Amino acid sequence: MANATMNTELAPPSGRTSFRRSFADRRTLGNSVLTGLAVALSLIAMFPLFSVLYMLLVKGGALLSPSLFSELTPGAGMDGGGIGNAVVGTLVVVGISTCLALPLGFMGAVYLAEYGGETKLATLVRFAAKVLTGLPSILAGVFAYAMVVVTTGSFSALAGGCAMAILMVPTVMLTSESALRAVPGKMKMAAFGMGATRAQTVLRIVIPTAIPGILTGVMLALARAMGETAPLLFTALFSDYWFEGKVTQPIASLSVLIYNFAGSPFEHQVALAWAASLVLVSIVLVLNVIAQVATRRPEEH
Amino acid sequence: MADIKTITASASPDLSEAFRSPVSRPPTAWQKGFDVAFKNIAYAFGVGVVLLLAGIVFEVMRHAKTAIADYGFGFLSTSVWDANRAQFGILAEIVGTLYTSLLALGIGGFLGVTVALVLSQGFVPRRVELVMKNVIELLAAIPSVVYGLWGIFVLVPAVRGPSGWLNEHFGSVPFFSTRLSGPGIFPASLVLSIMILPTVTAISREAMAAVPKRLAAAAYGLGATRWEVIFRVTLPTAVGGIFGALVLGFGRALGETMALAMLVGNANVFGWSLFSPGNTLAALLANHFPEAGKVEVGALMYAAVVLMLITLAVNALGSFIMLRTTRELKGLG
Repeated sequence: MANATMNTELAPPSGRTSFRRSFADRRTLGNSVLTGLAVALSLIAMFPLFSVLYMLLVKGGALLSPSLFSELTPGAGMDGGGIGNAVVGTLVVVGISTCLALPLGFMGAVYLAEYGGETKLATLVRFAAKVLTGLPSILAGVFAYAMVVVTTGSFSALAGGCAMAILMVPTVMLTSESALRAVPGKMKMAAFGMGATRAQTVLRIVIPTAIPGILTGVMLALARAMGETAPLLFTALFSDYWFEGKVTQPIASLSVLIYNFAGSPFEHQVALAWAASLVLVSIVLVLNVIAQVATRRPEEH
Repeated sequence: MADIKTITASASPDLSEAFRSPVSRPPTAWQKGFDVAFKNIAYAFGVGVVLLLAGIVFEVMRHAKTAIADYGFGFLSTSVWDANRAQFGILAEIVGTLYTSLLALGIGGFLGVTVALVLSQGFVPRRVELVMKNVIELLAAIPSVVYGLWGIFVLVPAVRGPSGWLNEHFGSVPFFSTRLSGPGIFPASLVLSIMILPTVTAISREAMAAVPKRLAAAAYGLGATRWEVIFRVTLPTAVGGIFGALVLGFGRALGETMALAMLVGNANVFGWSLFSPGNTLAALLANHFPEAGKVEVGALMYAAVVLMLITLAVNALGSFIMLRTTRELKGLG
């Protein structure tokens, strides 16, 4: 109540000062118009996502059936068939690239977080990883073409896996590094105090604690790799047949299937491209959700 | 390891009793060996990443060497791509890459910064903010080849109508001098802008969030409206970070391949018209590499070197700006 009397005392003599906003004031009006514009532009920016998802569900959902996953891609002008070989192919290529990228990215992160610190070498390694994040994916394909395709003389699943691995390494490495760094120093000190070596501390204390963060990085890298097309175009190429266990031969993939069929004059192939997109986007979104959930949990406790 | 040594050295000699207990004892020879091996493996993999980057640059350069010697600078200033006569030039592609990326930067950059403002300046409730942030992040998760497919069947037909109208009424303006017949520069740039929007939003949002709260609070205290605070305090303070975000988004746009290979039209000419077909370096590589013969592969490797140099330079600039502005902002905190 004392406040109220204070306020009346401090108010200007006229007593007409109002804190209510009036749109007659140019500043208030301008402020509101800009706010409306900004919110409207944000909604426009989000529109493409909903448009894409809608089209995928309508056009891709129409073809969704078990045979879609169990049959081979049809030839030009043929009906029926599915995208089975492309689903398997994508899993094989991403599997190969994960096997190549995980050890390199992960141990690189252990180096950066546990041994490198802020030394010159560590700064150089971190800079290289950052540059690799910005490397256009097609250049990873060019590199794999030069290294694997030219050397072995044929397009192959292995070449595709190598190209993809280059794109996964920096994501795995930089996210794992920040996860490893987030482990409290006290826990490490406790381990050292117990007489543990640094390797023991890293393997038994730091890595198990950092697992959620590392998992997030791996999932994001996997999601990115799944959708990559450019590096596969002239490394893994495409194949109309099932994968037969030979990584030295060309292999199908969902993303290249979408690219090839998108420009096809045959309606059925275009429809399959939409179905493949739906499958691909579903996988990618699930991986993204896992990545989100993995890191969110520890914050809640 | 220094930590362990100092701890054991400073301990009193009476601890010998404790060392005999199973809980804490000095590492065995095998454990020490493993420790050294683990450290060396980590070092090797760390250096391996640097070698990987060096290997990529070296290997692409090596394969481009013959073509660089054969075609020289003429490669950069002509626009013919004829594998049969072994004549190659990428001027149209270089200009097309810059043109589409700049257009995308204009649209995506403006939208991205606006979204970042909405997400960081308390325009909407926190819960809505979180949902919007996730939606924008999901935009980045959609594979570019799916955007390409969407562009062909949704965006191109949607743009065709307005392009005809613009051409009819403003045909004398170079930007509208043709109508959209199929794929073209504008739909490609539009998809490109969607793809760089999440990058621009995420980084510039961080820059805006890093502006000390008391700077804005002081302006509010003086009676400024929300947008006066944004234009006179938040944006000027965060301008370095926003600029870095735009440069990094530009870098992404330069190297983006699939959406462009599907939407830009793959025509080896350059025109100012937004609705004419064009080509970019990355799209050129994607379209010609799979069926290229030995001579053409050399020329493509030369084009890859040009693309690599442009993107590396832009990305290095972006990272450098980000590094400097984070340092500057630390002083304000």
